[in-house]
Amino acid sequence: MTKQINLTIDGINISVEEGKTILEAARSLNIHVPTLCYHEDLCVAGNCRVCVVEQENVKNLPASCATPATEGMVIHTNSMKVRLARKHIVELLLSEHNADCTKCYKNKNCELQTLASQMLTGDHMFLDLVPDKKYTIDRFNTAIIKDDSRCIRCQRCVRTCEELQSVSALGVAYRGDKMKISTFFENPLFEVVCTNCGQCVNRCPTGALIERNYIDQVWDAIYDPTKHVVVQTAPAVRIALGEALGMAPGKIVTGKMVAALRRLGFDSVLDTDFTADLTIIEEGHELLSRLKKALVDKDPKTALPMATSCSPGWIKFIEHTFPEYLPNLSTCKSPQQMFGALTKTFYALKRKLDPKNIVSVSIMPCTAKKFEANRPEMRSSGYKDVDYVLTTRELGIMIKQVGLEFEALPEEHFDSFMGTSTGAAVIFGSTGGVMEAALRTVYEVVTGREVPFDGLNITPVRGTEGEVREATILIEKVKPEWRFLEGVELKCAVANGLAHAKTVMQNVRDGKANYHFIEIMACPGGCLGGGGQPIPTNRDIRSKRKSAIYEEDMGMPIRKSHENPEITAIYKDFLEKPLGHKSHELLHTHYTPRKRY
Amino acid sequence: MATSDYLIQDLVEKYGRERTSLMPILQEVVQQKNYLSDQDMTEIAKELDLSAAQVFGTATFYSFLDTEPRGKYVIRVCKTITCDMHGKKLIIQTLEDMLKIKVGETTPNKKFTLLETNCLGWCHEGPAMLINEKPFSGLTLERIHDIISEYMHK
Amino acid sequence: MSDAKLKRVDLIFGEYSNVKYKVLADTLIRSNEEILKDLLDSGLRGRGGAGFPTGMKWKFTAETPGNEKYVVCNADEGEPGTFKDKEILTRVPRKVFSGMAICGKVIGAKKGFLYLRGEYKFLLPDLLKELDQYHEFSKQLGHDFSIEIRLGSGAYICGEESALFESMEGDRGEPRNKPPYPTTSGYLGKPTVINNVETFVNVLMIMRLGPDQYKKLGTTDSRGSKVFSVSGDTPIPGIYELELGMPLERFVDEFGDGDTKAVQVGGASGFCVPRKKFKDTVIGFEGVPTGGSMMLFNSSRSMYNVLHNYLEFFEEESCGQCTPCRVGCQQLRKGIVAVKKGDKKSVYLDQLMKLSESMKITAKCGLGQSVANSFSSIVNNFKEEMIY
Ligand SMILES: Cc1cc2nc3c(=O)[nH]c(=O)nc-3n(C[C@H](O)[C@H](O)[C@H](O)COP(=O)(O)O)c2cc1C
Ligand code: SF4
Ligand code: SF4
Ligand code: SF4
Ligand code: SF4
Ligand code: FES
Ligand code: FES
Repeated sequence: MTKQINLTIDGINISVEEGKTILEAARSLNIHVPTLCYHEDLCVAGNCRVCVVEQENVKNLPASCATPATEGMVIHTNSMKVRLARKHIVELLLSEHNADCTKCYKNKNCELQTLASQMLTGDHMFLDLVPDKKYTIDRFNTAIIKDDSRCIRCQRCVRTCEELQSVSALGVAYRGDKMKISTFFENPLFEVVCTNCGQCVNRCPTGALIERNYIDQVWDAIYDPTKHVVVQTAPAVRIALGEALGMAPGKIVTGKMVAALRRLGFDSVLDTDFTADLTIIEEGHELLSRLKKALVDKDPKTALPMATSCSPGWIKFIEHTFPEYLPNLSTCKSPQQMFGALTKTFYALKRKLDPKNIVSVSIMPCTAKKFEANRPEMRSSGYKDVDYVLTTRELGIMIKQVGLEFEALPEEHFDSFMGTSTGAAVIFGSTGGVMEAALRTVYEVVTGREVPFDGLNITPVRGTEGEVREATILIEKVKPEWRFLEGVELKCAVANGLAHAKTVMQNVRDGKANYHFIEIMACPGGCLGGGGQPIPTNRDIRSKRKSAIYEEDMGMPIRKSHENPEITAIYKDFLEKPLGHKSHELLHTHYTPRKRY
Repeated sequence: MATSDYLIQDLVEKYGRERTSLMPILQEVVQQKNYLSDQDMTEIAKELDLSAAQVFGTATFYSFLDTEPRGKYVIRVCKTITCDMHGKKLIIQTLEDMLKIKVGETTPNKKFTLLETNCLGWCHEGPAMLINEKPFSGLTLERIHDIISEYMHK
Repeated sequence: MSDAKLKRVDLIFGEYSNVKYKVLADTLIRSNEEILKDLLDSGLRGRGGAGFPTGMKWKFTAETPGNEKYVVCNADEGEPGTFKDKEILTRVPRKVFSGMAICGKVIGAKKGFLYLRGEYKFLLPDLLKELDQYHEFSKQLGHDFSIEIRLGSGAYICGEESALFESMEGDRGEPRNKPPYPTTSGYLGKPTVINNVETFVNVLMIMRLGPDQYKKLGTTDSRGSKVFSVSGDTPIPGIYELELGMPLERFVDEFGDGDTKAVQVGGASGFCVPRKKFKDTVIGFEGVPTGGSMMLFNSSRSMYNVLHNYLEFFEEESCGQCTPCRVGCQQLRKGIVAVKKGDKKSVYLDQLMKLSESMKITAKCGLGQSVANSFSSIVNNFKEEMIY
């Protein structure tokens, strides 16, 4: 048992485990101490100092987030001294800050603003320092905008990019009054190793790092009578959108989301889950064909392990960091891009629409998808396959803009074609989901039997945060045509968060692991913790979203991608067969080596 | 370019690839080339398996790890209180006149850069300055003339 | 006034033996307990400014389990008006290395570092020469403790111990959260003793003289002598080794130019003592402490300029990570400019005083915490100079 520490906070005695901070102790008493640089997912920085509290018999005010509780401590979280010091700190931050909230994307969703309003910082105490600062805004990126004039230098973004993502595209530069958050040589984000994962955006307490929003462009398309606007929604949006609209985390809002999208005026409300199923079919067959090449043809050039390719943050990461492993990536496009390519071909054909009049919009938990949609290779329909990518947050804003009472909306169903999906697609939203969905299909293709797991739940590959999950699936009693796989132990690895992806790839590179198949999601927890998800996102909220996803899976009538009737139909009507000619043209892609430096 | 790559390689050989080698490597590059170019910093980042932004972050923290081109002789005049009281302003003016540059600038022939810095630890003999690593204290106008003329002919 | 002269001490710089590394050799054969006891008895407190009892620091580190420990000598001397470590390293580097080697023995470290500020790089060739000698002697003595010199690159904050470790680790010199303290988690997260240059020399002197004789110098709270860096308006600027616990009045009598209106004790992060308080001020841990810097100002000086100069120093030398210090320093400097120019009413100074108080209690490290020292002592004592 760990040692217990007894202390008093605001007159209440409490006992906490040794090592817990004053902040954690206070929170467990439901005493709210304000914080800015603190974030549950990150190491403690202790630099904003807004969380200071008073400790009896100590001259200085300790920062509660960074100070461990010690025996006999007597803490006051709201003494006069504390209140004045905190107010000074917030006033100081504001004096460096371009606080024109009405022009700011984070207006009403900003931690600094909230503190300022609580503290009634009406007339500013101190001099306005902004005119002397040469703040710049980096708007050159398709996914993320960095506005230094709104940065409070809490370094959350820096810690995110380093600790969770091992990218360190952002760092702290210069010193003293000139200290700022910067890329290498202050280059624009699009020129550096940034993966557009948006994890920093998700953790930025202010409007300094935000997604580039395409809300107005989407409205323009909706109101343009000549355009047919198709919207697709990713698996992880439906379990988080509610949060952006005032609901508690972990609520599944699929039906209400569909209803809302219709009311916003989209002409067709479809489901990325459909192409998630399609991805499984294509990627599953790709895996099998690689295994065949390796095991039967003994082709030494076969790139194994095969790695999933549906997370565009991960794609850009590997392009920069392990370009020599690009052949190991599945050539499958992400479900979003498959969907886009099919929208302006298959869907257009079926609905007798001219693809040039179709505007294809996607709702994603992700900022990297914005970048992905703008890749030059993502035009296989002859047009830009996906015209606009909105995050879960942006959809939340649109719903608020039209004044919909979200919780009161009825549950509606996706349109079809390309609106039907399975439980396998739903779990794409969580780490390990693609792996599980693929195994459900691959195992059955090869053996004719369902995966030997209770209720199809392949729990050993369900990823967990903060670690690399490894699992081995024994393939036995195969169908005759797959004889070469008899007795093969399929070695799988699942990682989420780029720091763990890096570990996996280093192990592969150094020959420490011989996987067949690896699933990587750039964001902690997978898409459910995506950079485009509602703010705040933290461990607790992610775990609620995760439960919702698996709940949704369990509730689906069909839970295996290859049993999706629309999938069968699209192969029959249009694509012919997995990895066929049409698939290659529309559903597969190639990658670009990029420099890490 | 090739020479630059060799320098970094050599330094990495000499100091090792640990993060703890970063400062000595940066310091020696500055000593040899007067500043850290973006190529040098990326090269160092690659060798030490750091991100370029991390190297940039460390370099820009330190006043002596310049990230913009500097002259062969970097003059840093102390501007802290005792030197200031003992005539630092006049010293700066004289240097500006002699070198025909302002504080923060480098002569067109890339020979001199004139900068200000904080206390050098020669307060008892102020005003003081450094030329590269060499300290000069007890500065007077005549001394400045002599010193700079000497360096001009170096 | 010659009879009022402060007693000169010749301990730190004095030659005492022509046998090299004699005290070190004599000490290495003693037990760690004896050495620690002497140190604790001597009452030695750190000479880097904070004045933590050195014996305690070593004891804690010795008691922390771990077979990888470090000794670091802080030679980042950057406090304006301080130049005594430079003098020590120039004249008696051997004593510094000996002190470090003793520390290595006591805490069980095999490796020591001397972090030398970049501005003192010119000392490097001589220091390396002496270091070669040290290594030879330690080999002869069978003492497994090597010393390496690391250079700073122009950042005052790296004198703060945890920032110094960050710098040695190749990072930005941003001070860490405390706890943990260096005694448990210092360089590379290992237990580390970090002491000022002069502290290590004092250790050696205690080993030479024994605690009793050492204690005869100074006062109860401030044992031993201290190397002072004297600058500013004085006819005799330079390095002086004096007893701790001296009255400031006598110091001014001896070092002033007859027109001293204020003395800044302890550098920019220290306190400004105006003429009317010379009489009641004692220099030492019981009064106004100093890392050695004594700057004298005569009545021709504008204390507004002095304060402005200090604040500019802090504004640039702050690491910039924490709000109170990064923004507070800018506000204080710009604030006094605004008052001087008449853009702000003089009552704004009161606002700034309160701000400096908040900085003192909320800043993450000693830099931000000590800006209020000079700010409040100058503004309080020379208010008219701030306004008119
Ligand atoms: C901003 C700042 C600068 C400092 N600079 C120095 C310095 O240059 N030299 C020094 O020995 N200690 C300096 N210190 C104190 C060190 O943090 C540390 O307390 C000291 O090295 C401990 O040694 P001592 O116990 O021997 O004094 C500084 C502290 C702060 C907050
Ligand atoms: S970042 Fe926050 S405080 Fe700043 S302008 Fe935006 S909403 Fe206002
Ligand atoms: S988007 Fe991701 S990779 Fe880019 S700076 Fe932010 S955290 Fe780093
Ligand atoms: S960009 Fe945002 S997260 Fe990063 S330091 Fe600034 S305010 Fe903090
Ligand atoms: S007080 Fe100043 S120097 Fe210290 S951590 Fe804060 S910003 Fe950095
Ligand atoms: S939240 Fe504790 S210092 Fe920022
Ligand atoms: S004030 Fe110039 S050297 Fe110290």
